Formats: sequence, C-alpha cells, structure tokens
Amino acid sequence: MKTAAPTNVHLTLRVNGEEQQVSFAPYKTLLEVLREDMNLTGTKHGCELGECGACAVLVDGVPVLSCLALALDCEGRAVETVEGLASGGKLHPLQAAFADLGGAQCGYCTPGILMTAKALLEKDPNPSRERIKEAISGNLCRCTGYQQIYESIEEAARTMRESKR
Amino acid sequence: MMRLPWFEFHSPRSISEAAKILAAEGPQAMLIAGGTDLLPNMKRRHQTPATLVSLRQIEALKKAANGSGVTLGAAFTLNEIVANAAVREQYAGLWQAAAQVATVHLRNMGTLGGNLCLDTRCNYYNQNYEWRKAIDFCLKKDGEICWVATASKRCVAASSTDTAPALMSLGATARLVSTQGERDVALADLYKNDGIDYLTRRPDEILTEVKLPAPEGWRSSYWKLRRRGAFDFPVLGVAAAVRTASDGTVEDARIALGAVSSRPFLTKGGELLIGKKLSDDAIAEAGAKVASAAKPMDNTDLDLYWRKAVAAEFVGYALREIRGDDMSATRVRIARHAL
Amino acid sequence: MTKRFDVIGKPRRRVDGRAKVTGLTRFADDVVLPRMLHCKLLRSPHPHATIESIDVSRAQARPGVHLVLTGKDFPVTFGILPVTQDEYPLAPERVRYVGDPVAAVVARDEQTAFEALGFIEVEYRPLKTISDPEEALATPEPRIHSYGEQGNIHRLQAFEFGDVNEALAKADHVFEDVFFYQGNTHLPIEQHASVAAVDGEGKLTLWSSTQVPHYIHRALANALQIPPAHVRVIACPNGGGFGGKCDLHNHEIVVSKAAILLGRPVKICLTREEVFYMHRGRHPVLMKMRTGVTKDGKITGMHTQTLLDGGAYGGYGAASTFYTGVLQTVAYHIPRYKFDACRIFTNKPPCGPKRGHGTPQPRFGQEVQLDKIAEKLEIDPAELRLSIVAKPDSLTANWLKIGTIGLAECIRKVVASSDWKNRFRKLPEGRGVGLACGAYLCGAGLPIYWNKMPQSGVQLLIDRSGQVTVFCGATEIGQGSDDVLAAIVAEVLGVDPYDVRCVTGDTGLTPVDLGSYSSRVTVMMGNAAIQAAELLRDLIARAAAEHMETVPENVGFALGRVFRADDPGKLMSFREAIVLAEEKFGTLGSVGSYSPPRSPGRYKGAGVGPSPAYSYTACVVEAEVDRKTGWITVPKVWIAHDIGRAVNPVSARGQVEGSVYMGLGEALMEEQVFRRLPPKLSNALVHKIPSLLEYKSLTSLDMPEVFTELVEDPDPNCPFGAKEVGQGPLLPVMPAVANAVYDAIGVRIDELPITPDKVLAALEKKAKGETPRVGPESFPDVPYPEPMLVPPPWEGGDGNSVNTPRRRPLKKEALA
Repeated sequence: MKTAAPTNVHLTLRVNGEEQQVSFAPYKTLLEVLREDMNLTGTKHGCELGECGACAVLVDGVPVLSCLALALDCEGRAVETVEGLASGGKLHPLQAAFADLGGAQCGYCTPGILMTAKALLEKDPNPSRERIKEAISGNLCRCTGYQQIYESIEEAARTMRESKR
Repeated sequence: MMRLPWFEFHSPRSISEAAKILAAEGPQAMLIAGGTDLLPNMKRRHQTPATLVSLRQIEALKKAANGSGVTLGAAFTLNEIVANAAVREQYAGLWQAAAQVATVHLRNMGTLGGNLCLDTRCNYYNQNYEWRKAIDFCLKKDGEICWVATASKRCVAASSTDTAPALMSLGATARLVSTQGERDVALADLYKNDGIDYLTRRPDEILTEVKLPAPEGWRSSYWKLRRRGAFDFPVLGVAAAVRTASDGTVEDARIALGAVSSRPFLTKGGELLIGKKLSDDAIAEAGAKVASAAKPMDNTDLDLYWRKAVAAEFVGYALREIRGDDMSATRVRIARHAL
Repeated sequence: MTKRFDVIGKPRRRVDGRAKVTGLTRFADDVVLPRMLHCKLLRSPHPHATIESIDVSRAQARPGVHLVLTGKDFPVTFGILPVTQDEYPLAPERVRYVGDPVAAVVARDEQTAFEALGFIEVEYRPLKTISDPEEALATPEPRIHSYGEQGNIHRLQAFEFGDVNEALAKADHVFEDVFFYQGNTHLPIEQHASVAAVDGEGKLTLWSSTQVPHYIHRALANALQIPPAHVRVIACPNGGGFGGKCDLHNHEIVVSKAAILLGRPVKICLTREEVFYMHRGRHPVLMKMRTGVTKDGKITGMHTQTLLDGGAYGGYGAASTFYTGVLQTVAYHIPRYKFDACRIFTNKPPCGPKRGHGTPQPRFGQEVQLDKIAEKLEIDPAELRLSIVAKPDSLTANWLKIGTIGLAECIRKVVASSDWKNRFRKLPEGRGVGLACGAYLCGAGLPIYWNKMPQSGVQLLIDRSGQVTVFCGATEIGQGSDDVLAAIVAEVLGVDPYDVRCVTGDTGLTPVDLGSYSSRVTVMMGNAAIQAAELLRDLIARAAAEHMETVPENVGFALGRVFRADDPGKLMSFREAIVLAEEKFGTLGSVGSYSPPRSPGRYKGAGVGPSPAYSYTACVVEAEVDRKTGWITVPKVWIAHDIGRAVNPVSARGQVEGSVYMGLGEALMEEQVFRRLPPKLSNALVHKIPSLLEYKSLTSLDMPEVFTELVEDPDPNCPFGAKEVGQGPLLPVMPAVANAVYDAIGVRIDELPITPDKVLAALEKKAKGETPRVGPESFPDVPYPEPMLVPPPWEGGDGNSVNTPRRRPLKKEALA
C-alpha cells in the first residue's frame, strides 16, 4: 500500500466489532482517527508521545497506545475502545467495579486503564495485587494513588470468575 | 494534540521489497516497526522522513530459530521476547532488559530491532520544535552547539537502549540486509560513540535478526537504573555475562554499560574476573573498573555524579546475582517490582 | 434523637461514576460542534524580550487559515485577582517567559493552524533574563513588571502577633532552620482545552477545563469588554484540576474572541508542553524558621520568613504569598507569631495555587523542625505534638477561629496503626519511620473579589414527575462535587441520590458558586444545598401533613417515602407528596445560599486564612534507604484525616490516597525546574523537562500501600459536620518522608524533593564527620517591611493592628 500526501486515505477499520469506512489524513494516529473521524471520544490523550497511557486501547486484544499507532497500520485489525466495553446497557464488571469502588475519580485516565485491565483479566482471571500493579504501570493516574484501582480490578475479577461458574 | 508531519507510507511484505524501497528513496525514507521511538520523534520534528516503510507486514522478521544458540527476528515485540521461553531460561540478562523497557503498552508495540536502533537521547534534544528553538537548537538537530558540553565537537546524547548492553554481554550479532547484500556484525560493532551518527548501520540497511550464541556455561544479568518502575529510559544499564568452570572459577566474562555514553559498550571489567572466583573482592574490583569507564553527562534524569557514583554498586548487583546470591529484595527496591 | 442517615456516610457509587467508566463524561476536548475551527498559539522563544514587530501576512495567506490574532487585538489586561491585572491574552509589547503567547492562528484543523504558526515572523529584542529570586533581588532593572513593590519584588508582607523576639529570648531553646521547597506542577492528565461558540442569539458560550466558571465568567466579560449577561461559561468536568485550572487562561480569551470575530466555534487544546507553561503551580519557596521552645517542648514563639519565586505574572500569587504564613498557627498552639513573606517576579511560567496552596512549603519546614526539636529535647515526636495541639473553639495568635480539631485523635490513630512506639528509632539501620501533621482550610473565608454576596448558591427544581434537579455553579474536577451535592439533597429529601439530577458549573443555568478551589465545595455548596432542600422539604411537609392529618414537624422523609414520624405506617410516595405540594403551593422550587461566618481578625490582611472550619491530618511514613546508593523506598504510609464526617467514604478515602500519592511525588521526585544556558552564550531560560516522561509522577509500581483512617468529629459549621478532604491530607506527607529518612539513616535533607543523590551526599558528609545535612545554607537579605503589629487575642488585642507600617526602601547598592 502506498499513500501520497497530502490527500486523505480511505480504509475500513474494525472498531468494537463494527466495520466502518473512514477517510482521514494519513499522518493521523489511531487516537486521532478514533476521536476526530469516528467520534469515539471515550479514548483520551495526555501527551500523544507514549508517556502517560491515557490513550490505551486494545488492538487484536493487546493493550497498545493509540497515540503511537498509525491508523494506516490498523486496517484489518480488531480495535476495542471503552465505548465497546459495556454490552448494551449493562456495564462490564470492570466498569461497575470502578464506578462503585472509587477506581475512577476524574475519569480521564479511566478508559485507558479499563482497557488495559480487560486484557489482563482475559489472560489472568485471578491476578495477584503485584500482577495488577505491573499490568497498569504504564497508565498514569494523578487522582487515586492507584489503590482503589487495584481494588476495582480485583472486585471485577471476582465478579467475572463467579459469573463463569 | 501533537501530530505527525505528512509522509508517504509503504507497507511491503518482504525484506527484499523493503530494501528496494529504501534503496530507491534514499535517506529521506525511514523504517518504522513499533513506532514507539520514531513517532514521538516525528511529532517533535526530530525526524521528518518523506517516506515511512512499515515493517509490520513482513512475516520473515518475526521468526525465531533455536539451534546452536537462538535467532530472534527483529520485529518481535519486546513483550514477545519476554514471553519467549528460550530467552527466559537461557539468556536472563536479555530477558531482564526486555522486561524493563518502558511500559507494558510500549513493549507490546516496540520491537527488538527498534530498541537496538533507538535514537540517542538528551534532554536538550527530546523536546518539541518550539522548545528547541528557544535554545537556538543544538548540535544533534538544527543547531551548532552541544549545550551539554559547549566545548564538545561531538554530540553527547545518551544511548538509551536496554537490550543492546544485554545482547553485547551475551556475545550477540545482528544481521543487516540491503539490496547490496547482507552482513552480520557483532553487536558492539553496531554502535559508534557519536550521539548523531550512533549506528554503523547504513540508512539503506534493515536490521533483520539477532543471533545469540549457545548459552552453555553462561549466566547473565541486567540491572537498570531509572527513577520509576515504569516508563523511564535507563540512566545506567549494567549487563553482565559470566561463564564459570564447575569449581566456580570465571572462564570468561563480559560486562557492558548502557546509558552512560552515546553508545552501549563492553568494558574491561569482565577481563578482570577471568581466572578468579566471584568473591566480594573480585566483584568490587570489577565494579570499580567498570564504573571508571562510565561517562554520564548532564543530559538525562538524575544527577550525573550520582549516576557515576553508583555504577560500581550496580555492577555488584549483577555479578552477585550471577554468583547465585538472592538479589530479589534488592531487585524489588531498584526495579520497583519482582521481575 | 440521634439522626440516622440514609445516604450520608454510606459507601456508594458516586452519581457520576457511570459516565466516567463508559467514556461518556464530556471533557472540554470532547466537545465537538458543527463548523468548528481550531486554534494554536505562537509562543515566545525568549524568556524576556520586547516585541519589535510581528508580521502575520504569510500565515494569514495559508490555505485553511481563517484568522490570525496578535496582541493588538487584545487591548485589555486581565488577571484573576482584581489587584493583579498584569496579563495580556497575547503579549503586545513584552514577553516574560518562554511560552508567553504572542499570536494565535485559527484554521480548519489543528495541523493547518500549527503549520501556519511557522509563517508568523516576530522580531524580538532580548532583555536581561532574570532566573531566580536572588538574581531578581540583585537586579532591580529591568523590571519584569512596572508595578509591584520595588524592582522585581511583586509582594512584601509582614505581620507580627505579639513580641516574638521577646518570646524567643524567654525560650529554653531557639531553633533556626532554613528549608527549600522546590516548585512543582499539577500535572492533570487532561490537557487544558476550551471551545468557544456564539449562539443563535449572538451570545458567547465557552466550554472549558476550568475549576472556577464564575470567576472566568467575570474576568472573560471584562477582558473582552462585553456584557457579562452575554457570556456563558460551562465548566466541563475536569480531567484533574489540583488548582491548575483556577486562573483565567490566555487561551480561553483568545478562542472566545476568535469565535466572536468568526461567528464559528473555535477550539483549542493545549499540548502537554503548553500545560507546563500554563503552570500556576507550587511556588519554589525558600524559608527560614526560628522557633522558641521550653524544655518540655512548648512553643513560645515562632518567626517564619518566606521567599517565593513567583514566575512572570501575578496570578493568585498575592494570596499564595499570604498562605506561606497564615496557616502555620492552626495546628499547634503558638502564643506569638511573626511572618515575613516576599514574592519575586522571574522569567518563568507563573506559579499559583496547587493542592494546599502556599501551605505545604512552610508546613514542611515546621514539621521537620518539630522533629529536630523533639530529638534535641528527647521527647517522642508524636508526644511532643500531642502536647501542643491547638485547642478546639479557640483563636490563634493571628486571629483565626478554630472550631473542631481532631488532630490529636489523628496522631493517636497513626501512632497505633503504624506501631510507632515499637518502630520509631527502633528499626534496623536503613529503615525508619517519620511522623508529621497538617492543617488546612475548608474554604477561603473571602472571595477573590470583594463583595458581600453569598459564596455558594444552590437552586432546586422539583415537579410532579418526582424528579429533583439541583443547580449549582460548583465544578466537578474529579473530587466528586456532584456526588456531594446529590447526596446532601437526597439526604434532606429522603430520596435516592441517583434520582437527583445535577446541573453544575454552568454560569448560564446555575446559581453562583465560586468554584472548586480552597477545599470550599463540600462546606459552602453543601450548606447552601441543605438550606435549599430544607425549604422544599418544609413545603412538601406542610402539604403532606394536611393529607396525613398531622403537623408538618411530624412528617418524615426517607427512602423515597413521606410518612408520619409518630406512625410510619401512614405514608405516601415522595412523588405523591410532591403532587400535593404542587397543588397547594403551585410550581415548586427553592434556593439556598451560603456565606461563611465573619472572621474576628480586623487588621488589613486578616482576610486570608479564615475559614468556616479547619481539617487536620497526621501521617506516618516508613522509608528504607540504601546506605551505598542513597536509594529511597517507601513501603508504607499510614494516614488519619479529621474529616468531620465523610459524605461518601469511598470518595473520601480516594481523596486521602490521592493526596498521599501527590505528596510522595513532591517529596521524592516532582520538580518544575528550569535550564539557564551559559549567560555568555545565550539568554535562554527554558523549562528543563516539560513532558510527562521527564517530569516524574509515580507509577503504580512506585506507589506504596496506604492505610487510611478517617476521624469523624462533625463540625457544626459544616454540612452534616463534613469538612474538606481534598487538600489537607497532602500536607503531612512530605515532612513525614523527610523525618523517616532521618530515622532510617540519620541524615537531614532540608529541601524537596529528597533524591538519592542528596541522601548520598549527606551520608558522605556524615562519614567525614561534617553535619549530615543537605539543604539551603543561608537565607538572603530580603527587604521585608516593618511588620504590622497585631496583639494576639490573649494579649488584649481586639483584632486590629496597632501601627501603620512603613515600607523599607531597597538598599542603595541593590538599586544601583
């Protein structure tokens, strides 16, 4: 594939299970395309340089930083954002736990942490506190001191394990 | 929002196709793998390549082979390296280095090849265009003076790769491929002590794989100094690999330093250990020797004199871990978690 | 009868919790409007220069560029304090720090606007760079501002409450210490963003990341010279504030002007680097403390001197300067007190209020000094503090009224939970524990502009559908102000908090509340909310009482029901009761207001420091320090906070833990520091590390376990007794770390942050037999004025000053 500047590129992105045709300037990162061209503003940004983790999304199930992923490079890959986390009106157990237990204060780093935690729990349904700390160590939070985030993830893991029984 | 400049984008499927594009486009084309180093730099206008050649679609760069030693494709992400059983079991130093790069997310994106080719860093350089304009730029990019050492004719930006010192201590080689052919270079020979021209890789060459020699008899360790448990680049990296006889006498040893020069480099500290046992005295002696080679500058986080002052101690951590001491409590204090 | 609460004090999901976890919370940069354009600012690359010329013609001609603005488009100065109108939205003639904006481009997209900035040609004539307070004191010319005290001194303050020299002379010991607290910044993860648009009626609306929509409303109308009635400011929920979004920001004025000129919405979102330039964060403060004590540890008098590096503009700086002195007296009994404060202009981004506003710096000094005092007197530091805790319902030397004080209980709690008695001075070499305390306001007693109107207003709408909507100008910045508002209304009306809709932070719809700063929201908004809700409840009770054949006083409200208190079987739904009330009284609504009690201090300057209540905190930090490297690890923190009463314990604990987090950052690594290039080669003075990578904020791996306890001693001035919790718990953390490092390895680091290189340097001094201390060696000669003399309450004062101080002129050689 070859793109000539400065015209837009057109391609199909699969976001939260839906395929969508998008047209965007080729210099745009996945972050910019999600927020500006697909109106998915749930994904946040704090630096756009890979230094905070606020923009974390899942690509093919793996947490990555959307600010450093070229949207061009995401064609054909499964992108998941916070907008796809709840099923219908029902919150994902992580969302419910974060809301209940203080995991979200200002809520700005929350989408990135939720997506990162989702990938963690898919790999490890019963993570230790240390494992959780490590998994979210690439997401800066200025509000909580992280403790209520750990508790939220542990509570969600418990709920998810119980619902699978 | 920080944004990338305009560029042309190629996504070839094979190494040879990529090499052809590089040869045709010349130095204004750059390779992109994980993008975690290049894209921030492009956003800050350090590099503004007209053409980006993505390595993501090239399956051949994601192959691993076990034989006499291990071969690792350059496009493995750092977390794929961390998940590689052979690496974990046989090349502890590389594993520890890869596991401590940046953050979980960045290791899911950044590649082994990318970490080896990481641009040198300097806090006069790793700034936005506007900031650099405020100091009238610097030697490394757009300016005349190295503000770190104003008398220096050479850029002193710091090599900040974690995996390179580890691979150096393990005796690894890297393969470089271009339309002109391919060559294998010892990792130590991949680097030059120049913050601008820090790689011996030519712009038309692609780093395709890294070969590690057979691990028999070797034990290795990597210790990284940085402020926080995640995100931060090393401000000191100590990689050691030691082969001992059954009685514990050191037969061969290599100690490499990272982040205290414009290149990672092998020190003379390893040679001091040969023929000795890893006694506290031998370790201290090697540590002092290695530390004397560290030349940190005032261009990274943390005080430079302090970084030099603790280098010997970090060499001690690595050698004591190789000796078999239980370093887990120290590791938790330094790395902020058990690796 | 003890009141049983249904909502207050129960751990709950906060009312805005769902929006925050679904990505639906609309932060300012999430606001997208039809035909919206994008703005970028061109900023000065010089720390100090005059602007000789600006040519925007090439930028203006770029495809996609709609508008280019420069200083001449903004003739009116602004500033958040009425006394400090020293900023321009775009600098017309003079730039004062690297990052000071000089021009703005509005274009079809951000990239186009950014690229066009490169086509603006500005000629500057550099002026002498003034880097720090000592350089500024020695360099009265050129003046960074033409106003202020003299030279580059912005503010001087001096107060003396009783003869402190006499008190020190009578003391058994006098301790004199100099401390330095490095500046640091808020670092909200959300970068400031604003969107301005003109509505169908031609009126301006500004959506912004702001903590203070009312102040922005006032100042914006003035800056643009348009009637306030034609301006509406909507504070979007902030992605973290911490004090960093309290000023009127230059970009807010710029996009507003652009939207008016273009008739189209205009957005700006700062980059992270620009957020570092906006700053308004913690002042670097050098301080000297002289404290006299008796041999049993009672304080006889204290003299605090502070020197603040204010940066390039005033901002809230005049208030910050006061705060480095005024709250030193509310934790412990200090019979005589003197403070001198001085704020300096330098060519750096302006400092201002950050969590704890001006008080963490002197609190650090005081609490470390107390540790030194305790050691010298051979008294346990916890016991020493317990013996000097200020009395409840008392006045301080500087005429602040203390109501409830749970400090002793906080100390006892952390002493117990941390096993202090068995660990202090008893842990093995390299491990230690340190204790410190803090005290903070529950809202500043006075607004930032003089007026006699309420500081918080709440309006309630209620109708036959059963819905309750509460309107208030308070702003959700992450702390949970909407949840406090809903909880209080729900508690009074006996409804479910999730049935209450909050409309907040919108100057077009909500009654004035001064905003989310000075830890004022719970107390001020909460009291106004109680008043409004009780008015409505009384109406409903009167209607329901008629129906239930009883008196209104006998009507109870709980769990969505209205019932006879003496016969709870007789009940109706809340909705049925509203219908009755609406039938009886017509359309229902109510308002509530809150103004803080008048402070007893009458002297000029007595307006800063008073508060309806003070919160208190005690903290124990454990530290491990490696002898060979100085490497510091904090494995655990125990903290107890006197909150009066927790409205929602989940949020309250989150505020405490978040404060510990931020405090540890300030103690160990956060620094807003600058690079001065060699003056022979360059004038440059740049922020050393304006990035989220190099400005170090703790990751999850760096954060210790925190054990939190809340002390609940309801304060009568506070809604349901609830005091603040957003800022106070930060205060003891930094000195507790310093004290713990001392307990671990016997070295004093009298400056923040405490980094391993400083620890190692102190250890090396110790090994050489020198004083094992790293910190400032001296305090410069600051031309503090003659103090205003105010006798303390117990020395026959009436709260007025007894003199009219004169200003001391700068020394001749300094002026030369």
